[in-house]
Amino acid sequence: MRYTLRVWRQRGPEESGGLVDYDVDGISPDMSFLEMLDVLNERLVLDGEEPVAFDHDCREGICGMCGLMIDGVAHGPERATTTCQLHMRHFDPAEPIVVEPWRAAPFPVVRDLMVDRSALDRIVEAGGYISAPAGAAPDAHAVPIPKADADAAFTAAACIGCGACVAACPNGSPMLFTAAKATHLGLLPQGQPERLSRAEDMLTAQDDLGFGGCTQTGECTLVCPKGIPLETIATLNHDVLTAALRGR
Amino acid sequence: MAVSGAILFLYVVAHMVGNLKAFAGAGALDDYGVFLREFLSPVLGYGGFLWVVRVVLLLAVVLHMVAAVQLARRARKARPVSYAHRPKVQGSYAARTMRWGGVIIALFVVYHLLDLTAGVLNPNGVEGAIHANVVADFQRWYVVLAYTLAVVALGFHLRHGLFSALRSLGVASARRAAAVRGTALGVAVVITVGFLVVPFGVLFGIVR
Repeated sequence: MRYTLRVWRQRGPEESGGLVDYDVDGISPDMSFLEMLDVLNERLVLDGEEPVAFDHDCREGICGMCGLMIDGVAHGPERATTTCQLHMRHFDPAEPIVVEPWRAAPFPVVRDLMVDRSALDRIVEAGGYISAPAGAAPDAHAVPIPKADADAAFTAAACIGCGACVAACPNGSPMLFTAAKATHLGLLPQGQPERLSRAEDMLTAQDDLGFGGCTQTGECTLVCPKGIPLETIATLNHDVLTAALRGR
Repeated sequence: MAVSGAILFLYVVAHMVGNLKAFAGAGALDDYGVFLREFLSPVLGYGGFLWVVRVVLLLAVVLHMVAAVQLARRARKARPVSYAHRPKVQGSYAARTMRWGGVIIALFVVYHLLDLTAGVLNPNGVEGAIHANVVADFQRWYVVLAYTLAVVALGFHLRHGLFSALRSLGVASARRAAAVRGTALGVAVVITVGFLVVPFGVLFGIVR
């Protein structure tokens, strides 16, 4: 199959960029979106042109490195799917596919479709951990945890930090990410001692980094490759409010 | 945002319920107006209670607008380069129209105050003759249309506003997600219908 791509090309963080049209031939419906870009890049290299830079690593939907705005939707048209797990059979060869990088002030474009997402690491550094003497791994049943809590914590912990929530949010807010990283600890016994300070500190860090504020539009959860629910944000807000009321 | 919105929401509920007095005959609505002015009058003086309410509402509106402007400005700063291709995706219509919907409601409130509080834009415009003013208003189809558009905008605003406020205040746990969504929609519909029955009641001759 043959596709027309309109790809964002930008040589560096300070350079201006633009959409460039490419035709890419010999695409099988079973190829992933990234494999399709590989085919394009092989051709570009053979033609002596610069290949399109894009982030990727595991290519099995668990590392959070890949992430492209495909036709204006983060990770493309399929729900709960990373770009690497998105297959070309979902695309109509008659329609050009527009590929852009995540857009947010705290996510500067490094080159082409690659953005620097280390702002998310700054949020985690602000409190996304537990300060406990780790030692050897404890037995799984040493601390009893209700199944419902374990499930809710695991749902939040599934966040791979890809940044799709920020890319999709009309406010450019990483609230779903912050909520996932804060609440998966806050729901478990080990995370209790720092529950309130964690929520407050991570939210403050998020705001200080220049991200937008959450208005619960719900765009994030719809593009989240791990399907993290919007209620996660309510849980974080609950902790932030409790912290504020207790005048920590 | 959530707290100022909650104050405005409580007022909207009281206002909607009070309006329904229009169905209880001409005297009922006027008497209700007198009651609101006499309420707590030994302490606050005649009409004093209404002025307290007005000051609280004005403060809430100002805070609500300041918060909205701050959020909009932060959002713009957070995405200096917009997407070249961005379809109207995913999220609800109510969520997408919060900001402009709010502007429409604010403009309507100005008109509404000039119409039925100050009486300047009212075809009857007699102070205290609330029922007669209302009836004179809504016999004109274009006034009913203006009120309908504003009330529907308010309905959408409340649908997302209630949902969002409950979430912001952390009331909604994961287990109560469907209930929060349903409550927000249900309350928004009740408020919208409750406000619209009066103008349409006049238009169709049920309230006279």
